[in-house]
Amino acid sequence: MIRLFERDLRLAVRAGGGFGLGLAFFLIVTVLVPFGVGHDSAVLARIAPGILWVGALLACLLSLDRIFALDHEDGSLDLLANAPLPMEGVVLTKAAAHWVVTGLPLVLVAPVLGVLLSLPAPAYGWLVISLAIGTPALSMIGAFGAALTVGLRRGGLLMSLLVLPLYIPTLIYGAEITRRGAEGLAVATPLAMLGAITAGALALLPFAAAAALRVNLR
Amino acid sequence: MEILLQVSDLGCARGGMAILAGLNFTLSAGEVLVLRGPNGAGKTTLLRTLAGFQPPNGGQIAVAEDAIAYAGHADGIKATLSVAENLRFWAGVYGGGSIEPALAAFDLRALRDRAGQVLSAGQKRRLGLARLMVTGRKIWVLDEPTVSLDAASVALFADAVRGHLAAGGAAIIATHIDLGFETRSLDVAQFRARHDTGPMGSFDEAFV
Repeated sequence: MIRLFERDLRLAVRAGGGFGLGLAFFLIVTVLVPFGVGHDSAVLARIAPGILWVGALLACLLSLDRIFALDHEDGSLDLLANAPLPMEGVVLTKAAAHWVVTGLPLVLVAPVLGVLLSLPAPAYGWLVISLAIGTPALSMIGAFGAALTVGLRRGGLLMSLLVLPLYIPTLIYGAEITRRGAEGLAVATPLAMLGAITAGALALLPFAAAAALRVNLR
Repeated sequence: MEILLQVSDLGCARGGMAILAGLNFTLSAGEVLVLRGPNGAGKTTLLRTLAGFQPPNGGQIAVAEDAIAYAGHADGIKATLSVAENLRFWAGVYGGGSIEPALAAFDLRALRDRAGQVLSAGQKRRLGLARLMVTGRKIWVLDEPTVSLDAASVALFADAVRGHLAAGGAAIIATHIDLGFETRSLDVAQFRARHDTGPMGSFDEAFV
């Protein structure tokens, strides 16, 4: 599994890999919003938590179909299924690699982009914490959607439709943590809910995704 | 001789249609079974069923767990990784053996730092076959392994198979060419499933 993780990271940073794709998209969204909305910093500060979270979510969504589709195309998914790795382990490893390539850079760069949206000062810590807790769930849920649609030509649209409803709870609680953090309210409840979503996704979805992959490999 | 694989009354289906039925054969160590049959006879379906990608449509496959290494039409080569990196990855997945014997056997040493995307079709195929040697598995299940190989490379492949057999392995190969040594062949066309029998057959009929 460590080998697979290393290989996925290496592939991501080589030419044509997915590294930077989500990050660039996130950057574009957050840079463009102030131009579109106007320079009123009170308005920007109000919408900043939501925009940052929506941007992170869409940036994650952008690279999801690469998780399994590339390996399916060149036949390595068959070979991985034949290898002495449990399919659940393959799913978890590939989701983890996706998070390191897409989610982690978003967590790290979000505070910088928060400045562009005049995010209130107390919210920065909570923004980073909520993204750090929430983005692994985005990668895991996305890996499940990618596993469901892996055999389909142009399955990206179907996958987005399948995955977006599953992303909504993460978005609601993640943005709520940041918003409450900005207003200085208690964040314990949404924080617990977001943690529960991530823990649940990591515990259950590898099995669901592995089952979906096995069906798609027939 | 040690029996590695025993198939009894095996049926295979593809896309919900029963294709093969009533297959019986055994495979012992040191033996090669060559599958013959026209296109669409079910060779690939049989191999994928043996490799465990799809459940059998009736019958039994008796084989040790993790004994089969599969190589299909696609070689699973990453375009941006070098030959050595591709092979080292699979060696690592299968327990970290050395890749040098495999590189040597398929004459890939000169290409070891070449990226996957600049390899020719035949070179890719050689790399895909070299992967079998790093798996350390007893039974090679190969689907048209000699496609896009030239005569010299086919000879390399035949040598690799011979070495594998000498080491107590076995192979099931779907191919149309002669490998140049004694093999047992099985024509899968004679096991074609009749579509008026079996659960799959009747199921389909209800919707036709």
